[in-house]
Amino acid sequence: MEMPTPNPVILAKKARLVERLLAALPETAVIHDEAETRAYECDALTAYRCPPMVAVLPSTTQEVSDILRICNEMGVPVVPRGAGTSLAGGALPTADCVILGVARMTEVLETDYANRFVRVQTGRTNLSVTGAVQENDFFYAPDPSSQLACAIAGNIAMNSGGAHCLKYGVTTNNLMGVTMVLMDGTVVEIGGAHLDAGGLDLLGVICGSEGQLGVVTEATLRILRKPEGARPVLMGFDSNEVAGECVSDIIKAGVLPVAIEFMDRPCIRATEAFAKAGYPDCEALLIVEVEGSDAEIDEQLEKIIAIARKHNPVELRESKSADESARIWLGRKSAFGAMGQINDYMCLDGTIPVSQLPYVLRRIGEMSKQYGLDVGNVFHAGDGNMHPLILFDANKPGDLELCEAFGADILKLCVEVGGCLTGEHGVGIEKRDLMVDQFAPDDLDIQMAVKDVFDPQWLLNPAKVFPLASSDARRAA
Amino acid sequence: MLTPRTEAELAEMVVGANRPLRIMGGGTRSVLPDQDSAGLSSTGLDGITLYEPGSLTLVAQAGTPLDKIEAALAAEKQRLAFEPMDHRALLGTTGTPTIGGVFAANVSGPRRIQVGAARDFLLGVRFVDGMGRILKNGGRVMKNVTGYDLVKLMAGSRGQLGVISEVAFKVLPLPEMTVTLALPDLDDAAAVHAMAQALGSPFEVSGAAHWPGQGTFLRIEGFAGSVAYRAEKLRGMLGGEIEQSTQRWTEIRDVAPFHGAEGDIWRLSVKPSDAPGIVSRAGAEAVLYDWGGGLVWLRMAPGTDLRARIAPFAGHATLLRADAATLARLPIEQPEAPALAALSAGLRAKFDPRGIFAAGGVPAQVAAS
Repeated sequence: MEMPTPNPVILAKKARLVERLLAALPETAVIHDEAETRAYECDALTAYRCPPMVAVLPSTTQEVSDILRICNEMGVPVVPRGAGTSLAGGALPTADCVILGVARMTEVLETDYANRFVRVQTGRTNLSVTGAVQENDFFYAPDPSSQLACAIAGNIAMNSGGAHCLKYGVTTNNLMGVTMVLMDGTVVEIGGAHLDAGGLDLLGVICGSEGQLGVVTEATLRILRKPEGARPVLMGFDSNEVAGECVSDIIKAGVLPVAIEFMDRPCIRATEAFAKAGYPDCEALLIVEVEGSDAEIDEQLEKIIAIARKHNPVELRESKSADESARIWLGRKSAFGAMGQINDYMCLDGTIPVSQLPYVLRRIGEMSKQYGLDVGNVFHAGDGNMHPLILFDANKPGDLELCEAFGADILKLCVEVGGCLTGEHGVGIEKRDLMVDQFAPDDLDIQMAVKDVFDPQWLLNPAKVFPLASSDARRAA
Repeated sequence: MLTPRTEAELAEMVVGANRPLRIMGGGTRSVLPDQDSAGLSSTGLDGITLYEPGSLTLVAQAGTPLDKIEAALAAEKQRLAFEPMDHRALLGTTGTPTIGGVFAANVSGPRRIQVGAARDFLLGVRFVDGMGRILKNGGRVMKNVTGYDLVKLMAGSRGQLGVISEVAFKVLPLPEMTVTLALPDLDDAAAVHAMAQALGSPFEVSGAAHWPGQGTFLRIEGFAGSVAYRAEKLRGMLGGEIEQSTQRWTEIRDVAPFHGAEGDIWRLSVKPSDAPGIVSRAGAEAVLYDWGGGLVWLRMAPGTDLRARIAPFAGHATLLRADAATLARLPIEQPEAPALAALSAGLRAKFDPRGIFAAGGVPAQVAAS
């Protein structure tokens, strides 16, 4: 992956920059020793690493404002960082940048059950937002699988989803307001405890802008009352096509499950060997979960099972207890770990129209043979967000490149059938150069024009989202 | 009135425009009276491009009449879950609402509190910017974080950034059953409190409105057994009577109590628990609370500056209906903080450098900026 050459003029400013940052921040908040900055050299896309020039760990919005104002004045690029769990390289530094980490900003600022929101500093982890309200039986709905570690800042930057977004939506549908610092240090308040924008929906465009428009320091998040209960049903089918039709029929029947998860045979076998959840040995497996009181769950599961039976399932296992539910989820939740036991893997994130599921799975199988790399599929079937896991050997020369080429072909296929490159992980550097496969030059230009407005010098999170060739002129300006 | 029949023709018309254009769909949601700017309507762009009930997605040209969309959905037992209101009776407009207009104005009804706003259902747009470029953003899949989310930006942009030519959106199944729990005789504060209790319960309330003089209403939708269970649970918490009719929700959605009545109409978006206090400062002639109190409709004496009466408050107040003199004097939309106004102006300048879209349902001071 190509990154811009570090600018020697900026590198030469390091001493002066550190001096100015230290004047504005506590000493422990400025990390400039080369050994220590190495801790920030990568996020969860670990194949790419580059220590930043400096890392800063502010505690307040005012400190973030001071940092950005200084960097803006000195023309130093800034890479915002939540918890560093991006799978797309969204927080990958450049050698001439300042990493701005929000890890110390973890306070809950306001909890309001009557109006159903919390206001938090954005370094707080996703799961601990729910943690702050669960004693009153409330929760924060978006649940990316990294939710134990990932920060709200990163969730907003990537518009993160999760397994339950079929019912509850993704981050943008649960974000009510932000305090954000622009690159020139200006602090803006957008949205709040009320609904919808008065003028243009700036909040909507900030969410998912991958830290390129501003640094979000505080967020107002919608919280919901927990359902009375939830239970899944597991179904096995002897073809991907049939499983795909079953998903479509469930949705058409008016049942809206909270999650519909899909696993194919390679993934089922790997997780079975690893977690021994007792899954059937079949081509495709669905886990469908519904919520409500016991009687409500029974009413919905009865309808779902009736639909499933029409598709001649090889296995149909309805959970009747918390223990059985846990066993059904066990394999799904260990899927990534199980695949990781076999080999290194790359996790893709393209989304396709649900109707294209059988075709896309068949094509991925064919490509897997062509490339000679195994692939397992585990994903959110209700919304078409696929997660093909391509297995490769990082120690084998050329295997990573082969895997990346295979991955790119899968993502191009997603676009070809009417889908997109990324459903919830973000573009980062990983899918940056594929953007031209989904967007025409003008489509990219109008997106870049939005960045021109928020960050005229193009200093925030450089070299992400847009192909370098497309953004060259702007970054050099 | 310009009415392009194709997207390419639309782009040519924008390129050829030498003065500001009033961008509209069916013109049913316009606040400002007709001005001398030329109109450009999307009504010639008509037709459902793709509908996959099993994927919960529909793609349509922007000028497709809303009732055509709703009929296609009803045939598959689906609907626009965000429940867009019909503005005609309230604003005294005529014409046919279009699907593009619904999204361009981000029009949502009572169910917004449960399922989200129009903007939350919009998956993709095609539009023509002020330079006549045909652009697209988003797509037709439900999860998509590929590049910046200009879909949200276009939703509610009211023709200021471009002319939407096609929309792709998510739809949801129709419920098997709907009932309403009607609570009588509550004052505003008690009503907002009761609605907060209901919305903070696990019983998935899909509408919470307070209509002074009529009652406080909570809607429950879903499968028959589930609806009966949840309605009974809520009645146990709050009392009240269970109604079967759904007519009341159409009336609340379209602000029926204000139809045919004189006076200015304001729409207020606030934190629900703030609403009763704000209303007591407003001195309105009539009030209707929706969204659990988060949306308040006020009918005011003509020419009243509501914002001045209730200041300071957090949220936004929109002036929807008033005479020309009042519309010339008071901003239609809540004035933005200077830093945000600068960002919005910057975006308008990028999307429409020639100021072609600076007319129509856009507040005068915005159009002038």
